[in-house]
Amino acid sequence: MSSRELVIDIANQMIRVKKLVKRFGLKTILRGLDFEAEQGEFIGLLGPNGAGKTTFLRILSSLARPTMGAVNIAGFELPGQAAAVRQRLGVLSHQPVLYGDLTAEENLLFFGRLYGVVELDERITAVLDMVGLAPRRRDLLRTFSRGMQQRLAIGRAIIHDPDILLLDEPYTGLDQDASVMLDDVLRQVTSQGRTVVMTSHDLSRVAELAKRFDVLSRGKIIASATRAEIPQDGLLAFYRQAVNSPAEAAHGA
Amino acid sequence: MAHDIKAASQTVTSRPSYLRSLGAIVWKDLAAELRSRELLSSMLVFAMLVILIFNFALELNANERANVSAGVLWVTFAFAGTLGLNRSMAVEKDRGCLDGLLLAPVDRSAIYFGKMIANLAFMLMVEAIVLPIYSILYNVNLFQPVLLAIILLGSVGYVAVGTLLASMAVQARTRDVLLPILLFPVVLPILISAVKASGKILAAEAMNDIWPFINLLISYDMIFIAVAMIVFDFVVEE
Repeated sequence: MSSRELVIDIANQMIRVKKLVKRFGLKTILRGLDFEAEQGEFIGLLGPNGAGKTTFLRILSSLARPTMGAVNIAGFELPGQAAAVRQRLGVLSHQPVLYGDLTAEENLLFFGRLYGVVELDERITAVLDMVGLAPRRRDLLRTFSRGMQQRLAIGRAIIHDPDILLLDEPYTGLDQDASVMLDDVLRQVTSQGRTVVMTSHDLSRVAELAKRFDVLSRGKIIASATRAEIPQDGLLAFYRQAVNSPAEAAHGA
Repeated sequence: MAHDIKAASQTVTSRPSYLRSLGAIVWKDLAAELRSRELLSSMLVFAMLVILIFNFALELNANERANVSAGVLWVTFAFAGTLGLNRSMAVEKDRGCLDGLLLAPVDRSAIYFGKMIANLAFMLMVEAIVLPIYSILYNVNLFQPVLLAIILLGSVGYVAVGTLLASMAVQARTRDVLLPILLFPVVLPILISAVKASGKILAAEAMNDIWPFINLLISYDMIFIAVAMIVFDFVVEE
C-alpha cells in the first residue's frame, strides 16, 4: 500500500463549506452554498456563466474572503488559517501564472522556494518529467506554446505536492492535441489520491475525469450525482435537467 | 486527521522562512528583468529624455543651475520611477502571477518587501546611470556623499509608497493613468523634502539647515513603510 493510499484511509473530509455567502457590494454571488469533498475525490463543478464557480474556487483558495459562512480546508479554517490552507492547495486556472522571462526550471524554482520545498532540484526534475517538459527545462516560458505553458502550470500547481487541487477552466484556449495532453497529465496527477475540484464548460472532459458532479447555479449547488448514478453519456442530460428545473426556471423568469 | 496528511506526503515541504520568501521574490524580479531589460530600458530612455528636454528648455547660467538642478533631478526620478512601478506590477497581473504570489503560504508583507526591494534596485540602477550624465550636461557635481544619501532616502520612500499604490492601481483597467494620480499627491512630502535638501546641498548651505529635511525624509520613509506593510494585505485581497 503506497503512502498516498494510506492517507486516503486515515483522512476524512478535505473540504467542508457551510452556508457560504459572498457579496460584492449589493450583488450576491454565492447564496448559502454547502459543499463537501472527501480525500481522493474528483469533483466536476458545473454551471452556467455567472453561476459563481470562479468566486467559489477563489474563496476556497483564500484569494477572496467569504462574506458569511464557514470554510474548512484540510482541517484549517478560512480566512483565519489561510497560510496553512495555502500550503496544502494547488491552483490551476486558464491563466498560466508563470513568468515569461524565466525558464521552465526557474519558474518552478521560484514557486518551489515560496512553498518551502526541500530537495527542490530533485522535485523540479520529477515534475518536469511528469508534465513532459524535461527537454525544455532551460527554455524561456515565452517560447512555449499555450499547451506547453498549461502543462508547466500544472507542474507549478503540484510542485509542493498539494493534497487538494483546484482547477478553474484549465482547458480554456487549448487546442485538441493540447487538451488531450493535459488530460493525460491531469489523470496522472489526480491518480495519486489528491482531492480535486474542477470547473469546466467542456462536459465530455469533466465526464471522463470526475467521479462526482455538482451543478452550481445562482450561487447554490442545485444538483449532485456520482458517476455511478448517471447513465453513460448522460452527463449533459443531467446538467440540462438541473439548470432547466422548474425551480431554476422560476428564478430566471 | 487531515493535519497528518503532509506527514505522509511524498514531497516534504516546510513553512518557508520570511527572508527566504522575500529573497525568492527579489531574485525572480531581478532575473526576469536582467533577461528582458524592458523595465530598465524604458525607465532609462524616459529619464534621459526628461533631462535632455529640461537642458534645452531651460537655458541656465551657472547660478541658476544649482537652484534648478534639484527640482529637475527629482522630477526625472519621479516620472521614470512611475514607469518602472507600473511595469513591475503589470508583469504580475498580466499572466495572473499576482494570484500565484498571493496563493503562496508566505506572509503577505514578504511579498510587499520583495517587490519593494526589487523596485528600489531598479530605481537605483537608473539613478546610477542618470547622475553622471546629468552632472556632465548641467555641469553640476552631484557626487557628494550627503546628496547620494538623500537620493537613497528619497528613493526608498518613493518606492515604498509606489509599490503599495501600484499593487492597488494594477487591479484597474486605467492603471497607467491611475498610478501617477494616486502616487504624486501621497508622495509629495517626500519629494518636497528631497528637493529642498538636495537644493541646499548643491547651494553649499550649512549642514544645520539640511538636517531637518533629512530627518523628515527618514521619518516619512519609516511611516510609509510601516503603513504599507500593514495595509498591503487588504489592498491585494478582494
